[in-house]
This record gives sequence, structure tokens and C-alpha cells, in this order.
Amino acid sequence: MRHSTREEEWAEWMRDALKGDTLAYHRFLAAVTPHLRAMARRRCDQLGAPASEAEDVVQEVLLAVHLKRGSWDPSRPIGPWLSAIVRNKLIDSLRRRGRHVNVPVEDVIDTLEAEEQTDAMDRLDADHLLERLKDPQRDIVRSISLQGAGVRETAERLKMTEGAVRVALHRALKSLAALYRSETREDE
Amino acid sequence: MKTNDLINLLAQDAPVRTRLGRVLALALVAGVVLSGGILLSTIGIRHDMWSIFETARVLFKIGFTLVLAVTACIVVFRIGRPGVAMKASVAALLLPLALLIAAVTAEMNVIPSAAWETSLVGNNARFCLMFIPLLSLAPLAGFMLALRNGAPKRPSLAGAAAGLAAGGIAAALYAWHCPDDSPLFVATWYTIAIAAVTAIGSLIGRRYLRW
Repeated sequence: MRHSTREEEWAEWMRDALKGDTLAYHRFLAAVTPHLRAMARRRCDQLGAPASEAEDVVQEVLLAVHLKRGSWDPSRPIGPWLSAIVRNKLIDSLRRRGRHVNVPVEDVIDTLEAEEQTDAMDRLDADHLLERLKDPQRDIVRSISLQGAGVRETAERLKMTEGAVRVALHRALKSLAALYRSETREDE
Repeated sequence: MKTNDLINLLAQDAPVRTRLGRVLALALVAGVVLSGGILLSTIGIRHDMWSIFETARVLFKIGFTLVLAVTACIVVFRIGRPGVAMKASVAALLLPLALLIAAVTAEMNVIPSAAWETSLVGNNARFCLMFIPLLSLAPLAGFMLALRNGAPKRPSLAGAAAGLAAGGIAAALYAWHCPDDSPLFVATWYTIAIAAVTAIGSLIGRRYLRW
């Protein structure tokens, strides 16, 4: 697919996502992830870090893209925004893992996709951090991520309103990002 | 957690609640209104403002602080957006600086060198040093809260930009009260006050704007 076609498609999905289109957002994240994975693996290869670590980095970058999506101006192209976020977070994440790197400016859209491999493995960082979330949040995250339940089902099961589940989910993701930041900084 | 599970999770949180542009605009308006309110309800506007408005010195003071506030705000509105070019908006900050240098040069040509010191010291330096930081509190807090939604490459620089913009806004408000009109006074005390707010912004940003 040509650069511009892909970029336009990603931008379109993201625009719909910002308005609340869950499917479009899922498409966007699933389309971006193989590119992120390729970038993260290449960095880890260079540093002699295991490919599994790259997947932790991918998850951290995805979380950053998610929490910062409000900083994308939908009237601008999405490529430069995404590349800048990814680059900053890659550097940050690898550095906090004790790996000093120089990440060159790379276009996420132009990066070749990596074939799915490590995805079958459960990644440890996120699970480990999930343990530290407090209860309705942890329960909600488990219900949606592991059991694949939607917000509505989760709300019914936990006897909460959908709105409350959404708020708790959003807070959980924020805390998760904060935990990533504090967790890996201790050994600096 | 598998990456696909994480994607499912994120997708469920699709709608965005806070857009950077909107929260920044809100912070700007709220900051100006609050600080303007503080100015009006405490020291107020200089009573002879309208009659002296025509003098070049007062015009400079108002104009300089306004240009600084506007250019610095433009930087703040861009700095939290990854992938947006910063060069032009940072270069625009030279505009208020050039204005200041020009006004100081003109003033030194107009008044005798014996009067430089009195003009520089002015009458209310301490008041100015106190009030500009005070009036910058609301815009600074607003910008910081708003920029938390951004993704600045260098958090301390983003904090400094927020401080400079807040200091500029505060100065542009305080200028309506300030009885010292000499550009020498403005170049000295306003600069010190704004620099202090900028430094505080940078320190706060370094920790608070990390992401």
C-alpha cells in the first residue's frame, strides 16, 4: 500500500475513533502494531535485548499513543504525530530498561511490518503492573482484556453503570502508564 | 497480557475526552479572566490610564507585553503536539525581544544618562516583582493542567514555555496598573519577574509534564 493511502486510512480510523467508534479504533491499533513491533525489535536486536522485551516496549508505546491521542489535531496528517510519539516513547522505554540508545527518526508508516510471533507470549510487564491496580479497575481490565467482554457485559457483571465502567477503565489505563513510568525508574 | 488483549482494552476506551487544543483554549480564557479579576479587585487599573494612553512609553509597555503574551501562547499551543514544527513560532519570540531592545535604545537616546538610574529603579519595582508572579498563577496552573494532555518532547521546555506565556499574560495585565512607564523599568523588573515565572514553569514541567 502506498504511503499516502495508508496514512489517509489510519487518519480516517483515528478520526472516527476520537468520536467514539470502537471498531475503527481497533482497526487503527491493529494496523499500527506490526509497524511498532518491527521498530521495537530492530532496536532490541541492535542492543542485544531479547525479542520478548520488544513486545513489552510495544505495549508501552501503544498505551502512550492511546493516552496522548487527544494531542493529534485531526486536521493534520497523522504520520508525523505518530512517528514523534513512538520515537519519544521508544527512547524513554528502552532507556528506563537500562538500555541507552539512539533512536533515529523513522516513519512509522514506512516501516515494514514485522510478522506476528511474540504475540502468542503473555507479556510480563503489563500483568505485573495490573496486579497493582485497585479493585473495580483491575476487575474491569481483566474482564475486557482477558475475557474479551465489552463495556456493557462488564457493567452488568459488576453491577455498575456503563458510564462508571468507562470512567474506571480510562483511569485504569492512566494508572497503568504511571506505573510503567515509576516502576522502571527505580533501578535508574 | 497479550498485545491483542491490550488492543481490545484500549479500543473500549475509544472516545477522547480531552482534546489538547480545547483544554489549552479553556486554560487561556480562564487564566486571563481570573487574573484580570484579581487585578481589578485588588489594585485596579491606573486611574489616569485613558489620558496617558497616547504616550509612546505607555503604548510600548502595553504593546510589548501583549506581543510577548501572544507569541509565547502560540508556542504553548504547539509544543504539546508531537510532530508539529516549532521553529517559526520559537523564532517569533524574537519579536518582543526586538521591541524591547528598540525601546530601551530609544529611551537612552531621549533621556540624559543622569536620569537612567532613576528611570530604571522606578517607584514600584517591588510591587511589580510581586504582582506579575501573582497574576501569572492562574494562567500557569491552567497551562500546566492542559499540557498534561499533550506529549511534549522536552517536558522542561514545555513547562518553561507555559511559564513564559503565563508571565507574559500577567505582565500584559499588570501593565494596565503599573505607574512606571520607562522602558528601562520594563526591561529590568518585568524581565526579572517573567524570567522567574519561566524558571518555575520549567521546574514544574520537568516532573509534571513527563509522560
